[in-house]
Amino acid sequence: MIPGSFEYFAPTALDEALSLLQEHGDDAKVLAGGHSLIPTMKLRLAEPAVIIDIGQIGSLRGISESDDKLVIGALTTHHELESADLVQQRVPLLAQTASEIGDVQVRNKGTLGGSLAHADPAADWPAAILALDADLQIAGPDGQRTVKATNFFQGLYETDLGEDEILTAIHVSIPDADTKGTYLKMHQVASGFALTGVAVVLTKAGDTCQSVAVGITGVSDAPYRASGVESELTGAALTAGNIAAAAEKAVDGITALEDIHASQAYRQNLAKVYTRRAIEAAAS
Amino acid sequence: MAKKVIHTTINGEAHTHEVEPRMLLVHYIRDVVGLTGSHVGCETSLCGACTVTVNGQAVKSCTMLAVQADGAEITTIEGLAQNGDLHPIQEGFWERHGLQCGFCTPGMIMAAHQLLARNPNPTEDEIRHGLEGNLCRCTGYQHIVEAVQYAAEKMQG
Repeated sequence: MIPGSFEYFAPTALDEALSLLQEHGDDAKVLAGGHSLIPTMKLRLAEPAVIIDIGQIGSLRGISESDDKLVIGALTTHHELESADLVQQRVPLLAQTASEIGDVQVRNKGTLGGSLAHADPAADWPAAILALDADLQIAGPDGQRTVKATNFFQGLYETDLGEDEILTAIHVSIPDADTKGTYLKMHQVASGFALTGVAVVLTKAGDTCQSVAVGITGVSDAPYRASGVESELTGAALTAGNIAAAAEKAVDGITALEDIHASQAYRQNLAKVYTRRAIEAAAS
Repeated sequence: MAKKVIHTTINGEAHTHEVEPRMLLVHYIRDVVGLTGSHVGCETSLCGACTVTVNGQAVKSCTMLAVQADGAEITTIEGLAQNGDLHPIQEGFWERHGLQCGFCTPGMIMAAHQLLARNPNPTEDEIRHGLEGNLCRCTGYQHIVEAVQYAAEKMQG
């Protein structure tokens, strides 16, 4: 399997990449780690005439802390997120999510920004990024803008990202000490993708749920926040009964996907069960 | 489409070639450079038979373009033995019967090489986790795990 022919550019500065993108419009695709785009091109599901490889743009890589936030360059690999002390200490949910992606070789090359921009419905990152209420920084011909994760994912492989824009960084607020996060995933055994992935960020006040955010991937054509679960549990005592009742709302208002790996009913059930288990883990 | 000149260092040797941008790294290594130890297995980023290290990071070379490796230091299975002496991981596969047909072996060894570079003394679980990107259809993994354990001991020596 070999991709179709394309013209290749490897700009070393963001401005250069943006001008190339403007010049080539929807003939062009942006290449980051390539672990979503290259497989798609090998299957000829995508045959872009132009590839703009942003892998040489150093300013898009790296993790730093500023004003109670982690700022993660879009080109930061899953492995870097999995292994960085700063991430493990400040937002361990990100390191945990990274460790659940693919395998070692995939994590060495695949990037956070690439995964988010590709928006595969079974990708792991969207669940955590939604539950952490991250801000996504986007560069375009008119400068920079920021979009909330909750407004970024719009459908199957569809995001708020314009054809002439590049996702440059992800900003994640560092949760306080009373807040715990967890990511729980049912792997599709052959591919490792999520049949269901649930990320929970929960703040306790004593035995009560002060706030909770639930991000779910793999279940619907777009990842989503399970707002029914969140409103049911917020302010409630964190008893097994209350958690189970809230988790029942994991697919409220959602049309679950159906494919050869899982029926709609099975996916709905997985979403509820994994939501319950993820909340229990975050509340323990 | 315009070809592109790339410079790579593979197993310590410098190479310069003009390649089509769509050429995959594994095809560059095998067909252009002539190092056929890295295998083309599933071609879908799953089996790991094409694993090589690029700038110290194990990657599936069927899921990377050769042009992305411009300027990179690459190590393939052919780069592990030194002066005719097997690398301890290769020796482990020999001593512990870590292969049957051998097709997956170059990728297994390169993934094990990455694992031991990051974690010189892994537990059995950590070895299995570290090799989850590599499929073997013959041996059932037990001997592969033992081969890596042999290598870990020897390398800490």
